[in-house]
Amino acid sequence: MVLSKTASESDVSVHSTFASRYVRAALPRFRMPENSIPKEAAYQIINDELMLDGNPRLNLASFVTTWMEPECDKLIMAAINKNYVDMDEYPVTTELQNRCVNMIAHLFNAPLGESEAAVGVGTVGSSEAIMLAGLAFKRKWQNKRKAEGKPYDKPNIVTGANVQVCWEKFARYFEVELKEVKLRDSYYVMDPEQAVELVDENTICVAAILGSTLNGEFEDVKLLNDLLEKKNKQTGWDTPIHVDAASGGFIAPFLYPDLEWDFRLPLVKSINVSGHKYGLVYAGIGWVIWRSKEDLPDELIFHINYLGADQPTFTLNFSKGSSQVIAQYYQLIRLGYEGYRNIMENCQENAMVLKRGLESTGKFNIISKDNGVPLVAFSLKDRSRHDEFEVSDYLRRFGWIVPAYTMPPDAQHITVLRVVIREDFSRTLAERLVLDIEKVLHELDALPSKLLMPPAINGMKEDGTVIKKGALEVQRSVTDAWKKFVMAKKTNGVC
Amino acid sequence: MEPECDKLMMEAINKNYADMDEYPVTTELQGCQWRPMSTNPVRNQPERWDLLPSIPDNTHILCKVANNRCVNIIAHLFNAPVNEKEAAAGVGTVGSSEAIMLAGLAFKKKWQNRRKAEGKPYDKPNIVTGANVQVCWEKFARYFEVELKEVKLREGYYVMDPVKAVEMVDENTICVAAILGSTLTGEFEDIKLLNELLTEKNMRTGWDTPIHVDAASGGFIAPFLYPELEWDFRLPLVKSINVSGHKYGLVYAGIGWVIWRDKEDLPEELIFHINYLGADQPTFTLNFSKGSSQIIAQYYQFLRLGFEGYRKVMNNCMESARILREGLENTGRFDIISKEQGVPLVAFSFKDKNKILAFKLSKNLRRFGWIVPAYTLPADAEHMTVLRVVVREDFGRPLAEKFLSHLRIALHELDSVMEVPIPTIRYTMELRPADHVEDDGALPLPNVVILKQEVEPMDKSITLTGLLFQNAITS
Repeated sequence: MVLSKTASESDVSVHSTFASRYVRAALPRFRMPENSIPKEAAYQIINDELMLDGNPRLNLASFVTTWMEPECDKLIMAAINKNYVDMDEYPVTTELQNRCVNMIAHLFNAPLGESEAAVGVGTVGSSEAIMLAGLAFKRKWQNKRKAEGKPYDKPNIVTGANVQVCWEKFARYFEVELKEVKLRDSYYVMDPEQAVELVDENTICVAAILGSTLNGEFEDVKLLNDLLEKKNKQTGWDTPIHVDAASGGFIAPFLYPDLEWDFRLPLVKSINVSGHKYGLVYAGIGWVIWRSKEDLPDELIFHINYLGADQPTFTLNFSKGSSQVIAQYYQLIRLGYEGYRNIMENCQENAMVLKRGLESTGKFNIISKDNGVPLVAFSLKDRSRHDEFEVSDYLRRFGWIVPAYTMPPDAQHITVLRVVIREDFSRTLAERLVLDIEKVLHELDALPSKLLMPPAINGMKEDGTVIKKGALEVQRSVTDAWKKFVMAKKTNGVC
Repeated sequence: MEPECDKLMMEAINKNYADMDEYPVTTELQGCQWRPMSTNPVRNQPERWDLLPSIPDNTHILCKVANNRCVNIIAHLFNAPVNEKEAAAGVGTVGSSEAIMLAGLAFKKKWQNRRKAEGKPYDKPNIVTGANVQVCWEKFARYFEVELKEVKLREGYYVMDPVKAVEMVDENTICVAAILGSTLTGEFEDIKLLNELLTEKNMRTGWDTPIHVDAASGGFIAPFLYPELEWDFRLPLVKSINVSGHKYGLVYAGIGWVIWRDKEDLPEELIFHINYLGADQPTFTLNFSKGSSQIIAQYYQFLRLGFEGYRKVMNNCMESARILREGLENTGRFDIISKEQGVPLVAFSFKDKNKILAFKLSKNLRRFGWIVPAYTLPADAEHMTVLRVVVREDFGRPLAEKFLSHLRIALHELDSVMEVPIPTIRYTMELRPADHVEDDGALPLPNVVILKQEVEPMDKSITLTGLLFQNAITS
């Protein structure tokens, strides 16, 4: 009698992922793998590697939203397979975008009639929004110059040196010259007077920032408006203003409603805001609003025959997900005016708690102002032994990501640490952060200073003998030189 | 997409892709493309930061230039001339629109630099494409002030003619853009021929005009279904390629890729080194903050499906397309415009050149839930109206057959509307039991009573099935 055993190797798909051969194989880095693998294995492998990414909620460097309600997550997931640009197929999503644009335009006091539609568009972020606004200004200015018969090949734009890097991108990619107003000690935003001085006949617009990236300060847009109006009357150039309210656009209307910075000022022609900062939506949504149709040249708008229907579009990106637009609408109707105001007030409170905690350590100067974006920018009082970069490094060990960076010219000698207070940064977290910062300071004090300068390189000691450079010093000086070289090349834009 | 991938995407939804320093693994999945070349004083040294003398940690020149995974994978798929361990030059974008703008910008800047060096005017750049080009090329041209020189189509030839394209090239041409997978008919343009003709012309003129391949749809099809087709970096004049991850890359909307042949094709001045969140980051994109979910999803697809998986999916798509095509041909009413080799889609037009028919059919199909676009072709074939069905991964044979049956019904409705309406009279009648029952074994005939009689103003003909009535007996 023969006993036939079904010697089957058990089906590969039955193996638990960690028992399977898939976790033994090196992950593909350069070439697509030849064979497929089961979906559970793919999920597990990628998930495990992503564990090594930082925790988004402890990322105190970013303004971008890191938490939304589960209901909104559900909406986002349901919309994830909708391509936003299929307006014919998803008309409701398009309608939601229009509603968001109208709501935000009214928030910024755009001069619209009761049921008049606002002029604006949803973008993938403030970068795209700024590029679109800049394009509109450039085209309008070119048309005006052509009509006057004057040269139009050297447009420029006036901003502060504290401007976010995407303005420099815009300038470089769209061939506009960037005229920067330099900062100075203890004045870290654009000076309206100096800005207006820099305006010439080739200026397409002056860009003011509401909520400077570096220290959260609001620029004085009203003063800029007044000075620019005077100059426009003298010169007749009609230079407009654009307000980059990427962070501040969702703060000022709720915390400082009397602050005049938006369309209430007649020279402000367009405003951009990031939905994914204090608009409280996940990364990937921005808004740009124009004062009126005249401020958006018609030749920039495309009418396309997409999937058989006519669609006017003025964006740089075309196909993109619809989830963020839906999420923004969710936030606007779920929170409403009072909800946003409560959240901003909480952020402001927590920022004050953090600021007081830092001041009580006695080791820090607070650079940020109280009025502005809820963030705290601070620097060490005593930089002789350790600098802010080390503090940032050590905080990383506790899980906190706090960036340290140098200010742009002409304040490069100042280094700051910056903590952004987002919606999900509660008071407990603020107090814990202060504790951890104190711990870090203790640790650093106990360590020898890393910045001790070596004895005079290749120089003379007091008694006249020449010191030859040791290997370590050579290494250090090469490194320093290289660092300077690299830093000089970098466009020191900060975000 | 698979639920596992949905889970991964949901978990990554609060990660801002721009925070490269915070999320190094996500970045590595995309590829932090390259280091600042010009700051490397020693040309012959391999460009790796860890070979440098020890940079103190506190400088944060992190530059986690890990290996581009997705960028590398795609670059190798396109046969980019990179060595085994070398990192490819490319970037992830929000879609092919951004990818094309970046590629176009690189060409424009390169051309401007060359002209400046030659001391010639550089204020009138132009780009040569076919009229079948997708709208984002026109956007690029308009926003970045480049003239668009279009090669017109003609009947029976709905893509860019390489011969005409090369004729249009002049000294101000920054590049010639060819499409792999035309939007309108899914056809692949003959890039090899274009390359040969352009090489000849370049030798004569010395202008060195490059080619860009817009492989938005075709980039993830050709390598799997037609590996011998030479369209990618195997052709020496092709300097950059863009592809949409969210088309046949099988990822949700919001991801595209652009790959350059090598680093020289990307001018250094376009790359920004920014001090973001405390670390140095080279970046060349139009968008900055955006979600990371799609990049992770793209990597998931590469890992999960692998080469064979993609090939199987594409084969299935082609099979469904074939079923569709046969079904449409069998109705005898359509000309099939799309070719068999190309993107899996079926573009068809009515044999009867009545323009309205196509739009009407599209409307009728909408009633069944299908969205089939109808549109006129661009210049010079505007008299043609085309309907187009795109076969995606999730359009299997059962759906294809269902679509065909709905199509037949819709056609039928269309036809019946077009005929002269038949005058109809509508009777309302009642069948009552027979008055008396005969004794011959036959079924008793019911009494038919006509209650109402009206002439129906109908414009449709409905076949009356099985209603037999004899002389009405009015009571």
